[in-house]
Amino acid sequence: MRYDPGTPAVTGAGTCGETGSGLVFFPEEYVMATDLKFAKTHEWVRPESDGVATVGISSYAVEALTDLVFMQLPAVGKRVKAGESFGEIESVKAVSDLYAPVSGEVVEVNTALPGKLETLGQDPYGAGWVVRIKADNPAELDNLLDQGAYEALVRSQPH
Amino acid sequence: MVDFAGWLMPVQYASIVEEHLATRQSAGLFDVSHMGRLVVGGPQAIEWLESLLTRRVAGIEVGRVRYTLVTGDADGRTVVLDDALVSRDTDAADGTPRAGLVVNASNRERVVAWLKSRLPAAGVTLTDRTFETAMIAVQGPLAVEIVGGLCSAADADRIAGLGNYRATSAVVAGHPAAVSRTGYTGEDGVELVVDAAAATPVWEAIHAAGGPLGLRSCGLGARDTLRLEAGMPLYGHELREGTDPFAIGLDLAVNLDGRSFPGADHLAALRNQPTGRVRVGLRLDSKRSAREGDAVMRGEQTVGVVTSGSFAPAVGTAVAMAMVDRDVSTAGSRLEAVVRDTRLPAVVSPLPFYRKESHKKESHRREHGRKDSEQRERPQA
Repeated sequence: MRYDPGTPAVTGAGTCGETGSGLVFFPEEYVMATDLKFAKTHEWVRPESDGVATVGISSYAVEALTDLVFMQLPAVGKRVKAGESFGEIESVKAVSDLYAPVSGEVVEVNTALPGKLETLGQDPYGAGWVVRIKADNPAELDNLLDQGAYEALVRSQPH
Repeated sequence: MVDFAGWLMPVQYASIVEEHLATRQSAGLFDVSHMGRLVVGGPQAIEWLESLLTRRVAGIEVGRVRYTLVTGDADGRTVVLDDALVSRDTDAADGTPRAGLVVNASNRERVVAWLKSRLPAAGVTLTDRTFETAMIAVQGPLAVEIVGGLCSAADADRIAGLGNYRATSAVVAGHPAAVSRTGYTGEDGVELVVDAAAATPVWEAIHAAGGPLGLRSCGLGARDTLRLEAGMPLYGHELREGTDPFAIGLDLAVNLDGRSFPGADHLAALRNQPTGRVRVGLRLDSKRSAREGDAVMRGEQTVGVVTSGSFAPAVGTAVAMAMVDRDVSTAGSRLEAVVRDTRLPAVVSPLPFYRKESHKKESHRREHGRKDSEQRERPQA
Protein backbone atom coordinates (compact mmCIF):
# COMPACT_ATOMS: atom_id res chain seq x y z
CA MET A 1 0.00 0.00 0.00
CA ARG A 2 1.07 3.53 -0.53
CA TYR A 3 -0.46 6.61 0.96
CA ASP A 4 -2.27 8.87 -1.43
CA PRO A 5 -0.07 11.79 -2.42
CA GLY A 6 -1.12 14.87 -0.53
CA THR A 7 -2.78 13.13 2.37
CA PRO A 8 -0.89 13.09 5.65
CA ALA A 9 0.88 9.81 6.20
CA VAL A 10 0.06 7.93 9.36
CA THR A 11 3.48 6.52 9.83
CA GLY A 12 3.90 3.93 12.50
CA ALA A 13 1.23 5.62 14.51
CA GLY A 14 0.68 2.57 16.67
CA THR A 15 4.12 2.80 18.18
CA CYS A 16 3.32 5.95 20.13
CA GLY A 17 0.05 4.54 21.42
CA GLU A 18 -1.11 5.16 24.94
CA THR A 19 -2.09 1.59 25.54
CA GLY A 20 1.54 0.58 25.76
CA SER A 21 0.95 -2.60 23.83
CA GLY A 22 3.21 -1.54 20.98
CA LEU A 23 2.99 -3.12 17.60
CA VAL A 24 2.40 -6.79 17.12
CA PHE A 25 4.01 -7.45 13.80
CA PHE A 26 3.13 -11.07 13.53
CA PRO A 27 0.72 -13.24 15.47
CA GLU A 28 2.52 -16.00 17.27
CA GLU A 29 1.29 -18.77 15.01
CA TYR A 30 3.01 -17.14 12.04
CA VAL A 31 6.28 -16.33 13.67
CA MET A 32 7.77 -19.54 12.33
CA ALA A 33 5.82 -19.45 9.09
CA THR A 34 8.09 -19.50 6.09
CA ASP A 35 5.37 -19.50 3.44
CA LEU A 36 4.55 -15.79 3.59
CA LYS A 37 6.10 -13.29 1.23
CA PHE A 38 5.71 -9.52 1.52
CA ALA A 39 5.62 -6.56 -0.82
CA LYS A 40 7.36 -3.37 0.23
CA THR A 41 3.92 -1.82 -0.03
CA HIS A 42 2.75 -4.01 2.90
CA GLU A 43 0.72 -6.66 1.12
CA TRP A 44 1.44 -10.26 2.07
CA VAL A 45 1.26 -13.23 -0.28
CA ARG A 46 0.84 -16.89 0.45
CA PRO A 47 1.53 -19.17 -2.54
CA GLU A 48 -1.04 -21.96 -2.44
CA SER A 49 -0.52 -25.48 -3.77
CA ASP A 50 -2.85 -24.86 -6.73
CA GLY A 51 -0.65 -22.09 -8.16
CA VAL A 52 -2.90 -19.38 -6.78
CA ALA A 53 -1.48 -16.65 -4.53
CA THR A 54 -3.55 -15.49 -1.58
CA VAL A 55 -3.02 -11.77 -0.89
CA GLY A 56 -3.70 -9.80 2.26
CA ILE A 57 -2.53 -6.75 4.23
CA SER A 58 0.22 -7.06 6.81
CA SER A 59 -0.71 -6.59 10.45
CA TYR A 60 1.83 -3.78 10.62
CA ALA A 61 -0.05 -1.86 7.93
CA VAL A 62 -3.43 -2.53 9.49
CA GLU A 63 -2.16 -1.28 12.86
CA ALA A 64 -0.61 1.78 11.28
CA LEU A 65 -3.74 2.70 9.34
CA THR A 66 -6.26 2.27 12.21
CA ASP A 67 -9.86 3.46 12.04
CA LEU A 68 -10.62 1.64 8.80
CA VAL A 69 -13.91 2.72 7.27
CA PHE A 70 -14.04 1.58 3.66
CA MET A 71 -12.55 -0.93 1.28
CA GLN A 72 -12.95 -1.27 -2.46
CA LEU A 73 -12.10 -4.62 -4.03
CA PRO A 74 -11.87 -5.77 -7.64
CA ALA A 75 -14.31 -8.12 -9.35
CA VAL A 76 -13.44 -11.76 -9.95
CA GLY A 77 -11.85 -12.05 -13.36
CA LYS A 78 -10.06 -8.71 -13.21
CA ARG A 79 -6.53 -8.72 -14.63
CA VAL A 80 -4.00 -7.16 -12.30
CA LYS A 81 -0.39 -6.18 -12.86
CA ALA A 82 2.36 -6.44 -10.28
CA GLY A 83 2.92 -3.09 -8.58
CA GLU A 84 -0.35 -1.60 -9.79
CA SER A 85 -3.40 -0.76 -7.72
CA PHE A 86 -6.14 -3.39 -7.54
CA GLY A 87 -8.23 -1.79 -4.81
CA GLU A 88 -8.19 0.72 -2.02
CA ILE A 89 -8.57 0.91 1.70
CA GLU A 90 -9.66 4.02 3.52
CA SER A 91 -9.11 5.00 7.12
CA VAL A 92 -10.51 8.09 8.79
CA LYS A 93 -7.33 9.92 7.92
CA ALA A 94 -6.29 8.68 4.50
CA VAL A 95 -6.98 6.58 1.44
CA SER A 96 -4.39 3.96 0.52
CA ASP A 97 -4.05 1.89 -2.61
CA LEU A 98 -3.72 -1.87 -2.49
CA TYR A 99 -1.02 -3.02 -4.89
CA ALA A 100 -0.93 -6.36 -6.63
CA PRO A 101 2.20 -8.26 -5.55
CA VAL A 102 2.05 -10.40 -8.69
CA SER A 103 0.51 -10.11 -12.14
CA GLY A 104 -2.38 -12.34 -12.98
CA GLU A 105 -6.11 -12.80 -12.71
CA VAL A 106 -8.23 -12.29 -9.64
CA VAL A 107 -9.93 -15.66 -9.11
CA GLU A 108 -11.53 -15.06 -5.72
CA VAL A 109 -12.42 -12.03 -3.62
CA ASN A 110 -13.13 -11.93 0.10
CA THR A 111 -16.47 -10.23 -0.37
CA ALA A 112 -17.25 -10.46 3.36
CA LEU A 113 -14.33 -8.19 4.19
CA PRO A 114 -15.61 -4.68 3.27
CA GLY A 115 -18.59 -5.18 5.58
CA LYS A 116 -16.42 -6.48 8.39
CA LEU A 117 -13.17 -4.53 8.24
CA GLU A 118 -12.28 -5.46 11.83
CA THR A 119 -11.35 -8.88 10.48
CA LEU A 120 -8.24 -7.29 8.99
CA GLY A 121 -6.99 -6.50 12.47
CA GLN A 122 -8.27 -9.62 14.17
CA ASP A 123 -6.96 -12.19 11.72
CA PRO A 124 -4.82 -10.45 9.08
CA TYR A 125 -3.14 -13.62 7.80
CA GLY A 126 -6.24 -15.81 7.92
CA ALA A 127 -9.84 -14.66 7.60
CA GLY A 128 -8.53 -11.21 6.67
CA TRP A 129 -7.27 -12.37 3.28
CA VAL A 130 -8.27 -9.95 0.51
CA VAL A 131 -8.01 -11.59 -2.92
CA ARG A 132 -6.61 -14.72 -4.57
CA ILE A 133 -4.65 -14.14 -7.75
CA LYS A 134 -3.75 -16.79 -10.33
CA ALA A 135 -0.22 -15.67 -11.11
CA ASP A 136 0.86 -15.44 -14.74
CA ASN A 137 4.42 -16.08 -13.76
CA PRO A 138 4.93 -17.67 -10.32
CA ALA A 139 8.61 -16.70 -10.53
CA GLU A 140 7.48 -13.12 -9.76
CA LEU A 141 7.02 -14.25 -6.19
CA ASP A 142 10.80 -14.41 -5.90
CA ASN A 143 10.89 -10.61 -6.19
CA LEU A 144 9.03 -10.27 -2.90
CA LEU A 145 10.52 -9.98 0.58
CA ASP A 146 10.68 -12.89 2.94
CA GLN A 147 9.43 -12.40 6.45
CA GLY A 148 12.79 -11.41 7.89
CA ALA A 149 13.45 -8.81 5.23
CA TYR A 150 9.95 -7.37 5.61
CA GLU A 151 10.28 -7.18 9.36
CA ALA A 152 13.58 -5.33 8.93
CA LEU A 153 11.88 -2.91 6.53
CA VAL A 154 9.08 -2.24 9.01
CA ARG A 155 11.49 -1.67 11.86
CA SER A 156 13.43 0.84 9.79
CA GLN A 157 10.30 2.96 9.15
CA PRO A 158 10.20 6.28 10.97
CA HIS A 159 7.81 6.49 13.87
CA MET B 1 4.25 11.45 13.79
CA VAL B 2 4.13 14.07 11.08
CA ASP B 3 5.91 17.32 10.37
CA PHE B 4 3.29 20.03 10.79
CA ALA B 5 4.60 23.52 10.00
CA GLY B 6 7.94 22.49 11.47
CA TRP B 7 6.43 20.81 14.54
CA LEU B 8 6.69 17.08 15.02
CA MET B 9 3.15 16.08 15.97
CA PRO B 10 1.17 12.88 16.35
CA VAL B 11 -1.70 12.31 13.93
CA GLN B 12 -3.12 10.03 16.60
CA TYR B 13 -2.07 8.52 19.89
CA ALA B 14 -4.11 5.37 19.38
CA SER B 15 -7.20 5.83 17.23
CA ILE B 16 -8.71 8.95 15.73
CA VAL B 17 -12.22 7.60 16.28
CA GLU B 18 -11.59 6.74 19.94
CA GLU B 19 -9.95 10.10 20.59
CA HIS B 20 -12.77 11.93 18.84
CA LEU B 21 -15.51 10.14 20.75
CA ALA B 22 -13.68 10.56 24.07
CA THR B 23 -13.71 14.32 23.45
CA ARG B 24 -17.42 14.26 22.67
CA GLN B 25 -18.33 12.06 25.65
CA SER B 26 -15.71 12.87 28.30
CA ALA B 27 -12.63 14.90 27.47
CA GLY B 28 -9.76 15.13 25.03
CA LEU B 29 -6.28 16.42 25.82
CA PHE B 30 -4.49 18.20 22.98
CA ASP B 31 -0.96 19.55 22.74
CA VAL B 32 -1.53 22.69 20.69
CA SER B 33 1.83 24.24 21.44
CA HIS B 34 2.39 24.61 17.69
CA MET B 35 -0.09 27.50 17.66
CA GLY B 36 1.71 30.85 17.60
CA ARG B 37 1.40 32.89 20.80
CA LEU B 38 2.13 36.59 20.50
CA VAL B 39 1.96 39.27 23.18
CA VAL B 40 1.30 42.90 22.30
CA GLY B 41 2.09 45.51 24.92
CA GLY B 42 2.83 49.19 25.43
CA PRO B 43 0.70 52.29 25.87
CA GLN B 44 -0.58 52.15 22.27
CA ALA B 45 -1.05 48.36 22.12
CA ILE B 46 -4.85 48.34 21.97
CA GLU B 47 -5.21 51.21 19.50
CA TRP B 48 -2.61 49.58 17.28
CA LEU B 49 -4.39 46.21 17.23
CA GLU B 50 -7.69 47.99 16.70
CA SER B 51 -6.23 49.42 13.49
CA LEU B 52 -5.16 46.00 12.21
CA LEU B 53 -7.79 43.40 13.10
CA THR B 54 -11.24 42.73 11.69
CA ARG B 55 -12.76 42.57 15.18
CA ARG B 56 -13.01 45.42 17.63
CA VAL B 57 -10.33 45.35 20.31
CA ALA B 58 -10.61 48.90 21.66
CA GLY B 59 -12.77 49.16 24.73
CA ILE B 60 -13.22 45.45 25.38
CA GLU B 61 -12.77 44.45 28.99
CA VAL B 62 -9.84 42.51 30.38
CA GLY B 63 -10.42 38.77 30.05
CA ARG B 64 -12.37 38.93 26.82
CA VAL B 65 -11.31 36.79 23.83
CA ARG B 66 -12.46 37.33 20.25
CA TYR B 67 -12.17 35.41 17.02
CA THR B 68 -10.71 37.69 14.37
CA LEU B 69 -9.08 37.74 10.99
CA VAL B 70 -5.68 39.27 10.35
CA THR B 71 -5.91 41.03 7.00
CA GLY B 72 -3.68 42.94 4.70
CA ASP B 73 -4.43 44.39 1.32
CA ALA B 74 -2.82 44.19 -2.07
CA ASP B 75 -3.97 46.14 -5.11
CA GLY B 76 -7.22 47.02 -3.42
CA ARG B 77 -8.05 43.43 -2.53
CA THR B 78 -8.21 42.00 0.96
CA VAL B 79 -5.56 39.41 1.77
CA VAL B 80 -6.54 37.15 4.66
CA LEU B 81 -3.24 36.43 6.40
CA ASP B 82 -4.70 34.31 9.16
CA ASP B 83 -7.58 33.72 11.52
CA ALA B 84 -6.69 34.23 15.16
CA LEU B 85 -7.91 34.66 18.69
CA VAL B 86 -7.21 38.03 20.23
CA SER B 87 -7.47 38.43 23.99
CA ARG B 88 -7.47 41.52 26.17
CA ASP B 89 -5.01 40.43 28.83
CA THR B 90 -4.39 41.97 32.22
CA ASP B 91 -2.38 45.17 32.24
CA ALA B 92 1.36 44.98 32.70
CA ALA B 93 2.89 45.90 36.08
CA ASP B 94 3.46 49.46 34.85
CA GLY B 95 -0.21 49.83 34.04
CA THR B 96 0.13 49.63 30.26
CA PRO B 97 -2.36 47.41 28.46
CA ARG B 98 -1.57 44.02 27.02
CA ALA B 99 -3.24 41.79 24.47
CA GLY B 100 -2.56 38.30 23.23
CA LEU B 101 -2.87 36.80 19.77
CA VAL B 102 -3.04 33.08 19.02
CA VAL B 103 -2.30 32.42 15.36
CA ASN B 104 -1.94 29.34 13.19
CA ALA B 105 1.42 27.57 13.23
CA SER B 106 1.61 27.64 9.45
CA ASN B 107 1.08 31.42 9.40
CA ARG B 108 3.00 32.49 12.49
CA GLU B 109 6.14 33.70 10.75
CA ARG B 110 4.38 35.78 8.15
CA VAL B 111 1.89 37.20 10.64
CA VAL B 112 4.77 38.24 12.89
CA ALA B 113 6.57 39.76 9.91
CA TRP B 114 3.40 41.59 8.86
CA LEU B 115 2.74 42.93 12.35
CA LYS B 116 6.37 44.00 12.75
CA SER B 117 6.15 45.90 9.47
CA ARG B 118 3.23 47.86 10.91
CA LEU B 119 4.76 48.60 14.29
CA PRO B 120 4.95 52.30 15.13
CA ALA B 121 8.27 53.83 16.14
CA ALA B 122 7.24 53.79 19.77
CA GLY B 123 4.36 52.82 22.04
CA VAL B 124 3.87 49.18 21.02
CA THR B 125 5.91 46.06 21.65
CA LEU B 126 5.36 42.72 19.94
CA THR B 127 6.80 39.57 21.49
CA ASP B 128 6.60 36.08 20.03
CA ARG B 129 6.22 33.81 23.06
CA THR B 130 5.60 30.61 21.08
CA PHE B 131 8.82 28.90 22.07
CA GLU B 132 8.86 30.00 25.70
CA THR B 133 5.38 28.70 26.41
CA ALA B 134 3.27 25.65 25.73
CA MET B 135 -0.44 25.42 25.00
CA ILE B 136 -2.68 22.59 26.12
CA ALA B 137 -6.34 22.26 25.16
CA VAL B 138 -8.71 20.25 27.32
CA GLN B 139 -11.99 19.81 25.51
CA GLY B 140 -15.20 17.97 26.21
CA PRO B 141 -18.08 17.88 28.67
CA LEU B 142 -15.78 16.94 31.58
CA ALA B 143 -12.89 19.24 30.64
CA VAL B 144 -13.68 22.07 33.06
CA GLU B 145 -14.27 19.65 35.91
CA ILE B 146 -10.98 17.86 35.27
CA VAL B 147 -8.91 21.05 35.08
CA GLY B 148 -10.73 22.57 38.05
CA GLY B 149 -9.82 19.52 40.11
CA LEU B 150 -6.16 20.46 39.73
CA CYS B 151 -6.69 24.01 41.04
CA SER B 152 -7.52 25.70 44.31
CA ALA B 153 -11.22 25.93 45.06
CA ALA B 154 -11.19 29.63 44.21
CA ASP B 155 -9.46 29.08 40.86
CA ALA B 156 -11.72 26.14 40.07
CA ASP B 157 -14.80 28.24 40.73
CA ARG B 158 -13.50 31.05 38.56
CA ILE B 159 -12.74 28.69 35.68
CA ALA B 160 -16.15 27.01 36.04
CA GLY B 161 -17.77 30.44 35.95
CA LEU B 162 -15.91 31.65 32.86
CA GLY B 163 -18.16 32.46 29.97
CA ASN B 164 -17.30 31.26 26.49
CA TYR B 165 -14.49 33.29 25.00
CA ARG B 166 -13.38 34.59 28.38
CA ALA B 167 -10.00 34.13 29.97
CA THR B 168 -8.51 34.24 33.44
CA SER B 169 -5.34 33.18 35.17
CA ALA B 170 -5.08 30.27 37.57
CA VAL B 171 -2.59 27.88 39.10
CA VAL B 172 -3.11 24.48 37.46
CA ALA B 173 -1.32 21.49 39.02
CA GLY B 174 0.99 23.92 40.76
CA HIS B 175 1.90 25.91 37.65
CA PRO B 176 0.69 29.38 36.67
CA ALA B 177 -1.53 29.20 33.59
CA ALA B 178 -3.55 31.50 31.39
CA VAL B 179 -6.90 29.73 31.09
CA SER B 180 -9.43 30.55 28.39
CA ARG B 181 -12.85 29.06 27.69
CA THR B 182 -12.03 28.46 24.06
CA GLY B 183 -11.35 25.57 21.74
CA TYR B 184 -11.60 24.10 18.29
CA THR B 185 -13.78 21.06 18.81
CA GLY B 186 -17.36 22.27 19.20
CA GLU B 187 -17.25 21.19 22.84
CA ASP B 188 -17.03 23.06 26.09
CA GLY B 189 -13.47 23.24 27.34
CA VAL B 190 -10.45 25.32 28.11
CA GLU B 191 -7.09 26.12 26.61
CA LEU B 192 -4.12 26.62 28.91
CA VAL B 193 -0.92 28.52 28.23
CA VAL B 194 1.92 27.62 30.59
CA ASP B 195 5.67 28.10 30.65
CA ALA B 196 7.34 25.59 28.38
CA ALA B 197 9.03 23.98 31.37
CA ALA B 198 5.61 23.33 32.94
CA ALA B 199 4.17 21.66 29.84
CA THR B 200 5.03 18.09 30.74
CA PRO B 201 4.00 18.19 34.42
CA VAL B 202 0.71 19.97 33.61
CA TRP B 203 -0.01 17.55 30.76
CA GLU B 204 0.72 14.56 32.96
CA ALA B 205 -1.38 15.89 35.83
CA ILE B 206 -4.38 16.42 33.53
CA HIS B 207 -3.84 13.04 31.93
CA ALA B 208 -3.69 11.31 35.32
CA ALA B 209 -6.72 13.17 36.71
CA GLY B 210 -8.82 12.72 33.58
CA GLY B 211 -7.84 9.18 32.65
CA PRO B 212 -10.29 7.52 35.06
CA LEU B 213 -13.04 9.78 33.71
CA GLY B 214 -12.40 8.76 30.11
CA LEU B 215 -10.06 11.57 29.01
CA ARG B 216 -7.79 10.59 26.14
CA SER B 217 -4.77 12.24 24.57
CA CYS B 218 -5.74 13.40 21.10
CA GLY B 219 -3.64 14.00 18.02
CA LEU B 220 -4.01 16.15 14.94
CA GLY B 221 -6.34 13.63 13.31
CA ALA B 222 -9.03 13.99 15.97
CA ARG B 223 -8.49 17.75 16.10
CA ASP B 224 -9.34 17.86 12.41
CA THR B 225 -12.40 15.56 12.56
CA LEU B 226 -13.75 17.40 15.62
CA ARG B 227 -13.47 20.85 14.04
CA LEU B 228 -14.97 19.48 10.81
CA GLU B 229 -18.02 18.15 12.66
CA ALA B 230 -18.26 21.49 14.44
CA GLY B 231 -18.27 23.27 11.08
CA MET B 232 -15.19 25.33 11.87
CA PRO B 233 -13.04 26.60 9.02
CA LEU B 234 -9.35 25.73 8.92
CA TYR B 235 -6.87 28.12 7.38
CA GLY B 236 -5.41 26.63 4.21
CA HIS B 237 -8.63 24.73 3.51
CA GLU B 238 -11.84 26.74 3.91
CA LEU B 239 -9.97 29.98 4.50
CA ARG B 240 -7.20 31.22 2.24
CA GLU B 241 -5.55 34.49 1.29
CA GLY B 242 -8.20 35.41 -1.24
CA THR B 243 -11.23 34.04 0.58
CA ASP B 244 -14.29 36.26 0.93
CA PRO B 245 -15.04 35.79 4.65
CA PHE B 246 -18.74 36.44 4.09
CA ALA B 247 -18.88 33.60 1.57
CA ILE B 248 -17.66 31.14 4.18
CA GLY B 249 -19.99 32.33 6.91
CA LEU B 250 -17.49 34.40 8.86
CA ASP B 251 -19.71 37.49 8.97
CA LEU B 252 -19.32 37.70 12.72
CA ALA B 253 -15.53 37.74 12.39
CA VAL B 254 -15.64 41.03 10.49
CA ASN B 255 -16.80 44.24 12.14
CA LEU B 256 -16.86 47.08 9.62
CA ASP B 257 -18.96 49.50 11.64
CA GLY B 258 -17.03 52.75 11.72
CA ARG B 259 -13.77 50.88 11.62
CA SER B 260 -10.68 51.01 9.47
CA PHE B 261 -8.13 48.24 8.99
CA PRO B 262 -6.17 46.88 6.02
CA GLY B 263 -8.56 45.49 3.45
CA ALA B 264 -11.68 46.96 5.10
CA ASP B 265 -12.85 48.79 1.98
CA HIS B 266 -12.75 45.68 -0.16
CA LEU B 267 -14.52 43.71 2.59
CA ALA B 268 -17.27 46.34 2.64
CA ALA B 269 -17.70 45.89 -1.10
CA LEU B 270 -17.78 42.10 -0.74
CA ARG B 271 -20.41 42.33 1.99
CA ASN B 272 -22.62 44.53 -0.14
CA GLN B 273 -22.26 42.50 -3.32
CA PRO B 274 -22.12 38.79 -2.64
CA THR B 275 -20.48 36.91 -5.50
CA GLY B 276 -18.72 33.63 -6.05
CA ARG B 277 -19.02 30.30 -4.34
CA VAL B 278 -20.15 29.82 -0.76
CA ARG B 279 -19.16 27.36 1.94
CA VAL B 280 -21.65 24.59 2.63
CA GLY B 281 -21.77 21.36 4.56
CA LEU B 282 -22.21 18.12 2.65
CA ARG B 283 -23.52 14.93 4.18
CA LEU B 284 -22.52 11.85 2.21
CA ASP B 285 -24.37 9.02 3.95
CA SER B 286 -21.47 6.71 3.30
CA LYS B 287 -18.42 5.81 5.28
CA ARG B 288 -16.29 6.62 2.30
CA SER B 289 -15.16 10.25 2.39
CA ALA B 290 -14.81 12.98 -0.12
CA ARG B 291 -11.47 14.68 0.37
CA GLU B 292 -10.06 18.11 -0.24
CA GLY B 293 -9.93 18.89 -3.93
CA ASP B 294 -12.65 16.44 -4.97
CA ALA B 295 -15.08 17.95 -7.44
CA VAL B 296 -18.72 18.55 -6.55
CA MET B 297 -21.11 17.97 -9.43
CA ARG B 298 -24.75 18.43 -10.25
CA GLY B 299 -25.51 16.32 -13.24
CA GLU B 300 -22.70 16.88 -15.68
CA GLN B 301 -21.90 20.32 -14.29
CA THR B 302 -19.07 20.98 -11.87
CA VAL B 303 -20.59 23.20 -9.20
CA GLY B 304 -17.94 23.17 -6.50
CA VAL B 305 -14.96 21.68 -4.77
CA VAL B 306 -14.47 19.94 -1.43
CA THR B 307 -12.30 21.86 1.05
CA SER B 308 -12.31 19.32 3.93
CA GLY B 309 -13.83 15.89 4.28
CA SER B 310 -13.73 12.90 6.56
CA PHE B 311 -15.73 10.21 8.21
CA ALA B 312 -17.39 12.04 11.12
CA PRO B 313 -17.33 9.72 14.12
CA ALA B 314 -20.08 11.41 16.15
CA VAL B 315 -22.33 11.76 13.10
CA GLY B 316 -21.67 8.21 11.91
CA THR B 317 -21.27 9.07 8.27
CA ALA B 318 -18.82 10.93 6.04
CA VAL B 319 -19.25 14.69 5.88
CA ALA B 320 -17.46 17.44 4.05
CA MET B 321 -17.25 21.17 3.68
CA ALA B 322 -17.20 22.50 0.15
CA MET B 323 -17.28 25.74 -1.79
CA VAL B 324 -20.21 25.56 -4.20
CA ASP B 325 -22.09 27.81 -6.59
CA ARG B 326 -24.72 29.86 -4.83
CA ASP B 327 -27.60 28.43 -6.85
CA VAL B 328 -26.98 24.93 -5.49
CA SER B 329 -26.10 25.96 -1.93
CA THR B 330 -29.47 25.68 -0.22
CA ALA B 331 -29.92 23.00 2.43
CA GLY B 332 -31.31 19.82 0.94
CA SER B 333 -29.75 20.45 -2.46
CA ARG B 334 -28.76 17.06 -3.92
CA LEU B 335 -25.25 17.03 -5.36
CA GLU B 336 -22.53 14.46 -5.96
CA ALA B 337 -18.92 14.35 -4.83
CA VAL B 338 -16.48 12.76 -7.25
CA VAL B 339 -14.33 10.44 -5.16
CA ARG B 340 -11.72 8.90 -7.40
CA ASP B 341 -13.76 7.06 -10.01
CA THR B 342 -17.02 7.06 -8.06
CA ARG B 343 -19.76 9.61 -7.59
CA LEU B 344 -21.12 9.72 -4.07
CA PRO B 345 -24.48 11.36 -3.37
CA ALA B 346 -23.92 14.45 -1.21
CA VAL B 347 -26.73 16.50 0.29
CA VAL B 348 -26.16 20.11 1.32
CA SER B 349 -26.62 20.21 5.09
CA PRO B 350 -26.62 22.99 7.65
CA LEU B 351 -23.42 23.58 9.61
CA PRO B 352 -22.40 22.51 12.15
CA PHE B 353 -22.90 18.79 11.59
CA TYR B 354 -22.61 18.26 15.32
CA ARG B 355 -23.92 20.44 18.13
CA LYS B 356 -23.18 19.73 21.75
CA GLU B 357 -26.07 19.18 24.14
CA SER B 358 -25.93 22.55 25.91
CA HIS B 359 -25.88 24.34 22.55
CA LYS B 360 -29.09 22.55 21.72
CA LYS B 361 -30.52 23.82 25.00
CA GLU B 362 -29.25 27.34 24.29
CA SER B 363 -30.87 27.45 20.90
CA HIS B 364 -34.02 26.05 22.48
CA ARG B 365 -33.94 28.93 24.98
CA ARG B 366 -33.35 31.42 22.20
CA GLU B 367 -36.28 30.10 20.26
CA HIS B 368 -38.42 30.58 23.33
CA GLY B 369 -37.51 34.20 23.71
CA ARG B 370 -35.10 34.09 26.61
CA LYS B 371 -32.02 36.22 26.46
CA ASP B 372 -28.78 34.47 25.83
CA SER B 373 -26.04 36.61 27.27
CA GLU B 374 -23.15 34.57 25.90
CA GLN B 375 -22.83 35.11 22.22
CA ARG B 376 -20.87 32.39 20.57
CA GLU B 377 -17.68 33.93 19.33
CA ARG B 378 -16.45 31.60 16.64
CA PRO B 379 -18.98 31.59 13.84
CA GLN B 380 -19.84 28.10 12.84
CA ALA B 381 -21.93 28.38 9.74
